[in-house]
Formats: sequence, C-alpha cells, structure tokens
Amino acid sequence: MSTSAHTASSSPASSSSSHSSDHQLSPELQLRIHELMLEARVLEERLITMYRQGDGYFWIGGPGEEAFNVPLGLLVDKGTGVEHDYLHLHYRSSATLLAMGADPVDALRQMKNTATDPYSRGRNFAGHYSARKWNVVPVSSPIEVQYSIAPGTAMAQRATQSKGITIVTGGDAGTAEGDFATCLVWSSRKGSELPMLILVTNNQYGISTPFEGQHGEERISDRGKAFGMPTATIDGNDVETSWFALKKAMDYVRTERKPYLLEAMVSRLNGHSSASGANFVANEVDCLARFEKKLEERKLRTRAEMDEMRARMTQELLEASKRVREEPQPKPESIWDYVFADKNYVAGEK
Amino acid sequence: MATMIQAIRMALHVGEERLGVTDIFGEDVGPPLGGAFTATQNLKTAWNSPLDERGIVGMAIGLALAGRRPVAEIQFCDYAFNTIDLLKIAGNTYWASAGDWNVPMVMMTPVGAGIRGSIYHSHSFDAQATRTPGWKIVMPSNPRDAYGLMLSAIVDPNPVMFLKPKALLRTKALPGEEIPGEPADLKTLSKMIDAPVGESRSRWKPEWPRLEELYVPIGKARTARAGRDVTVLTYGRNVPMSVSAADELAKEGVEVEVIDLRSLHPYDWDAIKASVQKTHRVLCVNEDTEVTNFGEHLIRRLVEELFYELYAPPKLLAGAHVPGIGLADNLEHASVPHKDGIKSALRELARHEP
Ligand SMILES: Cc1ncc(C[n+]2csc(CCOP(=O)(O)OP(=O)(O)O)c2C)c(N)n1
Ligand SMILES: [Mg+2]
Repeated sequence: MSTSAHTASSSPASSSSSHSSDHQLSPELQLRIHELMLEARVLEERLITMYRQGDGYFWIGGPGEEAFNVPLGLLVDKGTGVEHDYLHLHYRSSATLLAMGADPVDALRQMKNTATDPYSRGRNFAGHYSARKWNVVPVSSPIEVQYSIAPGTAMAQRATQSKGITIVTGGDAGTAEGDFATCLVWSSRKGSELPMLILVTNNQYGISTPFEGQHGEERISDRGKAFGMPTATIDGNDVETSWFALKKAMDYVRTERKPYLLEAMVSRLNGHSSASGANFVANEVDCLARFEKKLEERKLRTRAEMDEMRARMTQELLEASKRVREEPQPKPESIWDYVFADKNYVAGEK
Repeated sequence: MATMIQAIRMALHVGEERLGVTDIFGEDVGPPLGGAFTATQNLKTAWNSPLDERGIVGMAIGLALAGRRPVAEIQFCDYAFNTIDLLKIAGNTYWASAGDWNVPMVMMTPVGAGIRGSIYHSHSFDAQATRTPGWKIVMPSNPRDAYGLMLSAIVDPNPVMFLKPKALLRTKALPGEEIPGEPADLKTLSKMIDAPVGESRSRWKPEWPRLEELYVPIGKARTARAGRDVTVLTYGRNVPMSVSAADELAKEGVEVEVIDLRSLHPYDWDAIKASVQKTHRVLCVNEDTEVTNFGEHLIRRLVEELFYELYAPPKLLAGAHVPGIGLADNLEHASVPHKDGIKSALRELARHEP
C-alpha cells in the first residue's frame, strides 16, 4: 500500500471540494468542537478500558474520526420525523451522537450491556446506537445494509416535501457490497432524486485488508459521478475542511433535494476493534492532536487547559463507569420483550 | 366473486384509500404492467422500482421507519433469497432497539409451484419465512382470506410477509368466500377492475366496487373442512387440494378435518390442538422442501405436547429435498404434494392402529 494512501492526513491529491482549511470557524465553535472531540476520544478510551477490565465483551468505535464526526453531529437538523434529518450510521459514530447531545454514560451502559442501556437494553454491542427522538435509526452490525435502507427515509422526505434530509455513513471496504450501489441507483433516478447525503469514511482498511488491492476506482467518491451527483473526497482529519465540506454538501442536498457523495479520509487510531487489540497506533494522523495544536497556535486554548479538560473528563467517565457497573443486567425473561410491537405472542401460547 | 389476485388488488386499493398505505412498489408493480400477476394494476400509489430486491426491502424498511405505510413486492419469492439479510433487519429492528423503532411494512411475494415455473419460479418461502423472527407471516388459500389478511397486514405495526400461492391466484372464489361489497358476478367485477390488454389500457380507468373492510385476524386458523378421523394442517395451495382429497375420502368413510392455518406466525396452536385432540391423527402438508420444514416444527410440538393423544405417528407430506423443481410435468408432479399423495397418506393414517 502506498504511503500517500495510508496517510490519511496528506491531503487527497485533487479534492473536488472548493473548501480548504483556510476557512476558519468562529472561536466559540472551534472550542465547542474541541470539547466534543475530546469527550468522544475520552469516551472511546473509557470503553476500551472497560472492555479490557472485563466490563464489556467487545469494543468497536471511532477514535480517529472525531474531526469529521463531530461537525456532522453539529450540522444535523436534529428531531423526530420527516421534517428533520434521518441518520443511518454505523459503529464508529459515537462522536456524532455526542455532538447531537447524547449522554456519554449511556454508551458505557451499552458497553456493560445493562438493562438501563437506552439503545438496546443490553442486547447489542457498544456503538450500536438507536435514538428515535433524533431520527437515529438503529445501527446494525451487517456492513452496508444502512445504504439500502436510507433511501427509504429519503423517499418519505421526498414524498412529504419536507425540509429534512437523510444522511448515511459507513466505511470504505463496505462500499464493495451491493447495498452501496443500491444507494447510488435509488437516490439518483431522474425525476425521483432523493435528498441524501451519502458519506464514506475511508480509513483505508477493511478489518485487515488494505484499501489498495480491493478497489479499481481511484476514489470511492468517483462512483457518484456516473450517477450525476456532486462528489468530493476530503481530508477528514481536518476539522475545518470537514465542517465546510459537510456544510456545502448538506446545503446542496437541502436545497436541491438531490444526492451528494462525500468521502472523508480518516484515521483508525485504535485498530479495527477489540478483536485486534484496540491499541493506539502511532503511525496514523491523530485529528485531535492536530486540532489541539491549531488551537494552541491560534491562542484559543492552552496546553494546560486542554490537559486539565482531558483529566477531568477522564475522571468523570471513570466514576460513571463504576456506577454503571452496579446497574442491573437485563433479566433472562426479557428476551421475549419487544418481539412484536403489538402483542408479543404466538396464538395459543400462555 | 373475485379471484385471489383481484382480492389482493382490492385490498391494496382499500389500503391506499382508507388505511394509510402510501407506497406500493416493486419490479413492474406500477404502470403500465401493474405487477407480474396484475395484483397492483391501477393503484394510485403503485410505482416501479429498480430491479434490485435488496433495494426494495431496504426501501420498505426506510419508508416504514419514517412513518409511511409501504407494501413492497418481490416479484417471485425465488428472488427474495438475497434479501434475507434485510428481512432479518426488518424483523429484528424493534427487538434490537428495545422498542425504540418498529417497522410497519408489508412484503408480498408469489410462492410455490403449480404454474410450470421450472427451477426459479416454483420455490416456496414458508420454511425460510418462519425462520425469520419478528415477522408475522400469512398465506391465504382463497380470495376472501387474501382480502382480509391483506387488510390486517396493512394495519399491523410489525413487518408482515404476505405469501401469495401462485397456483391459486387466478382461481375463483367458492360460495362463502365473498368479499363484502364486491359484485356477485365475476364478469361484472372483471369489467370494473381488470385493465384491458393493449392500446386502450393507458386511457382506461377502473371503477372500484364499494368494498367493506374485513379483517381476518393474523394468528387465527380456519377449519376449511370439518371431520373426526384425521387432521390435515396446511396452508395456501394445499388447502383446496386437501379439501378435495378429503371429500373423496368421505366416500370411503374417512372423515378428514382440514385446518387452513392462514397464519404461519403467529400460528393458531389452540385450533391445531383442538383438532388433534378430536382426531388423534395428523398430516402436515406443504410444498417447501422437507428437511427443516415448517411442518416438522408443528410435528415436533405435537409430539412434545400431545404425544399421548396421538393414535398414529404424525406425517409430513412436503416438497422433495432436491435443489429445484423441474419443468416437465412429471418432474414438477414428483417434487411437490398432490391430491393422490395426500389421499394415500390420509388413508394410511386413518387405518393405522396404535
Ligand atoms: C456483511 C458483513 N460482512 C462482514 C462483516 C464483518 N466485518 C465487520 S467490520 C468489517 C470491515 C469493514 O470495513 P469498512 O467498511 O472499511 O469499515 P471500517 O470498519 O473500516 O470503518 C467486516 C468485514 C460484517 N459485519 N458484515
Ligand atoms: Mg475502512
């Protein structure tokens, strides 16, 4: 694999995005984004530690995607129903949820599979969010299925002429699945275009399989061109690049009511999942460190302040994880709950 | 007196006019064709989808999540196998999200043999469907039930799979199988709702009868024929076949009770149990391949719960466990149950002495 492909930071050779990081966000917004990125990173670290200490069976998450995922969560029109944005996320989306206002402690609950886990009541892996109040449809483990489902919420938005849009995201390797083609085909039919922001976070890996050797296309985003949709590949390790690229794409989808394919080059800072050890990898760009350096240079936050924030958040989540440990586990008979939305029964039983 | 396909079309019409159905879609479902079997002719919310079964099921899930009421068609169940992954998601979303999101969608698809459909237009889907928890699964055997089950499927807050027995789609209703509000005469109905073939079709408008709502509850079986000696547990195409076999056996003094399950999940255990406690002898009949067959499940449960009630080992008559159904008449005939086979199995059961 070439170094240029591997180093997500080295800006993609020819980004079709007109925005670059010389657009600056307001100081308040930069500080808010930093706080959320930090919180997301500390949350992932806590989840990994919980896994290591036996307070969870599996970890998968998004350290290395915060610079892209936090702006996404902040830019979403959050709410319930077709008038707001639908999110079809995958298992690396914690930072987006936190930016939308999720309580990080709930993520600890899902890691500990407690009965209090609001996302799945102890049924699903960490990072498998579901929040109907914010149109976050349940994250499910099969790769890419969200790309087949997302056109449905977008179709509902189209049919009701709502102002909401549908956002779908997933990884690079998964775009080989037919569902990705489904998404491109169904969202771009002439006269029936769907208001969809189609995202791909490209960390250059499947689990262990490098990007190179799996893809004939130069860029994943190029696949959108055949369907007549605007596309871009951007440096997702840069906060401001991500913000402006997302904003541009979202504005387009919101006003044109047509699809946009945006590929963000990101890092995978703790490997694929706990199955590969979840250790921090030193050879990839750390978007948080990069943004913190920028904030220091811009004199928006000092190193000492950032260190203090990190220590405080780490301590808070440590305390929270101890409390979560004491929360009840789901009862065995709860497996029968929520099979059906009306009567959960087989006629004649019980 | 409607055919089953007309009954389904009328139910979908009532669905979109009165029950909130927003999207009826699938391959060739919209104009000009109105479905490979005309189930969706002249429906105002019917539209053609791309030729992409996973996309169809995904679209239905997404629409349902966003509060729409979709009815999606897979043109033949033979082509639903690459959607199983998405069918699982439709079935597990409510459970996986612990009640956060439900998926009120209907997926309908023609199933089974009987139209000389060869290897890829003859598959059954009941074994697969019943292995997909979180779905309700129905399969009518006559036009009235097709109408009533479709209305129930449409208003259900869960994913419901509506399996259309291909071989029965064009058979006419029998007395007692009327749909409330339809004209008594098939010709009159056909004039009103069947689009003409050819040029004039694009200008033609249907005249829908003033149909009443009729809900066949999901989870309730129907006694298609009463009898005291042997129980047949069946559904879809094999119901009229079993009734006919039973009528012939009556001349030999064997009285067969035919239970039309109508719902495969949830299924009506009360009705099954009551019948078996009366006859003490059971034959399960369906067309799906016999290994890991839904009838096997019923037999397993009967053996576990009613073992001492049984006067004969329960029997399963099902499709041969071969990779496909061959085109030649002899091949198709040898692959799925037929009246003669049902009759001899019933005779054997009736004569069996414990
Ligand atoms: C359909 C399917 N196949 C295989 C897997 C196992 N699996 C989980 S993650 C993964 C790699 C996904 O890579 P990518 O799409 O690039 O996303 P990333 O994890 O890199 O963000 C695989 C193969 C799965 N979950 N679903
Ligand atoms: Mg990847």
